[in-house]
Amino acid sequence: MDKLIIKGDPFIAGSASGFALVSAEPLSFWGGYDWKIGEIIDRRHPLSGSIAKGKILAVPFTRGSSTTTAVLLESIRAGTAPKAIITTGTDFFFALASVVADELYADPLPLIAVPETDFAKLQTGDHIEIDNAGIIVLTRQNTSVNNY
Amino acid sequence: MTLTLNEKDHAMLRGDNGPATKMAMSILVRMAEITGAKELLDITGAHIDSTVYIGDAGLEFAEKLAGLGAKVSVPTTLNVSGLDEHHWHEWAVPSEWARQAHRQMIAYQSMGTIPTWTCAPYQTEMKPSFGQQIAWGESNAIVFANSVLGARTERYPDLFDVCCAITGRAPAIGLHLIENRAGSLLLQLMDIPEALQLSDDLYPVLGHLMGKVALERIPVISGMNAVPTEDQLKALGAASASSGAVALFHMVGVTPEAPTLKSAFQGKLPRETIKITMGMLRESRRELTHTDSEKLDIVVLGSPHFSLAEFKQLAPLVAGKQKHPDVKFLVTSSRAMTQLAEKAGFLESLQTFGAQLTVDTCILTSPMLPQELKYLMTNSAKFAYYAPGLLGRQITFGSLKDCVESAVEGNVIRDETLWTS
Repeated sequence: MDKLIIKGDPFIAGSASGFALVSAEPLSFWGGYDWKIGEIIDRRHPLSGSIAKGKILAVPFTRGSSTTTAVLLESIRAGTAPKAIITTGTDFFFALASVVADELYADPLPLIAVPETDFAKLQTGDHIEIDNAGIIVLTRQNTSVNNY
Repeated sequence: MTLTLNEKDHAMLRGDNGPATKMAMSILVRMAEITGAKELLDITGAHIDSTVYIGDAGLEFAEKLAGLGAKVSVPTTLNVSGLDEHHWHEWAVPSEWARQAHRQMIAYQSMGTIPTWTCAPYQTEMKPSFGQQIAWGESNAIVFANSVLGARTERYPDLFDVCCAITGRAPAIGLHLIENRAGSLLLQLMDIPEALQLSDDLYPVLGHLMGKVALERIPVISGMNAVPTEDQLKALGAASASSGAVALFHMVGVTPEAPTLKSAFQGKLPRETIKITMGMLRESRRELTHTDSEKLDIVVLGSPHFSLAEFKQLAPLVAGKQKHPDVKFLVTSSRAMTQLAEKAGFLESLQTFGAQLTVDTCILTSPMLPQELKYLMTNSAKFAYYAPGLLGRQITFGSLKDCVESAVEGNVIRDETLWTS
């Protein structure tokens, strides 16, 4: 079992833990995320068909539609959002959904930016714990990668 | 680096201008802090994309603001809604969904906005001017306003556009600031035949490729021999804002901030150059088709919304013809543009052809397509990009002429001439 600690920038602070779902491809939530069930549905995206609900989603940034924020907000309200999202920079679209969820439902979604070199170390199936200060503790079981 | 607010900002944040302005300002300030803005700046126009009905949360947000008495403080256009109030009964829109989408329309209309209900506000009289500071939502509108008109907006998401419209302020970040508008990636067109450059067919395909390679960078296109039309630039931008996150591109000798290659990069050197070959364009065109089948249930045109010039182009293509009885033919546009097209006499041949019109929304923002319509065809890269995931449908990408001929034949026909030479 490997353990790795990454220092991230919590642009919306919060704590979360769960299994990672990782892609180097940016994602549009509009047309890319079914907020009713929490599935990634962009058929051109490597994570197409994966359930992100309850996971720690890692995508570098959002692409495409400006409706991404609205879709993420719906999923936060519906309980189908990822537990947290890791990006490579402060993503305005994700951040706004989290700020509005805080405003309307007092339920912000933790968002953390990490340097690209650290992002590249993340793998689907890693167990990730995030704290309020943006410290990411990543645990990898050698067999876990293929379980997804 | 901290955010400094002026006296008016503080007043809005305190609630001096009412509770809706206070809520909008508090969201704006939190976002400005997150993005590291040093200050806010005045905007003189807004375009609200939050009108698109997604679900309860977006509706609750709109009705909360409206209920608190929100009013916009700058001229503000509205993006597509989730509902064609005139024609939704002809389609598969569930009545409960229609009721909710209608509530969302009412909420945004109550804020003193201009009910344009279009994703192409830059083709209305509300078109922004060069250098104008605006806060726009809708990815295709953002890239057009920045690139083709030289107006200045960041790539704003839904729910934020309305906060800017209410307060008349936006964070002084990103593309609002001239120094952030320099190109960062050079796309050099290599021996792209002039016939293709003069044709509409190039632009959605080039845009799809541009979005994929540029992602969130600012691409500069060089090597154009033709001057594209407004609708060709619209197709280019919309495609790149779907496959990527392009909010601004420059085209040397065509767009206003790029009279020369040097000015497009503000005197700096490109950090990366990519040569765009016919091979890459063919691959991009192939990616926009998401099926091997030649089956066809419906042709969908008008993403972004059809312009008057596009109606004018379509009318003679369908004149004297009739679509196959088993195929539907749908054009989406705004009600204002449709009325102009009617006055200009462009709709008669469409009606005889058997085309249907939907206004104020589109197939991506309204659940209008019945289940049995499985095979789609379009000339829009944006429809082609989103249809498989958002609608779970198969889609074929072709030219406008291909779309008309396929609708007549009842199955997919594509003219490969421009792509094989």
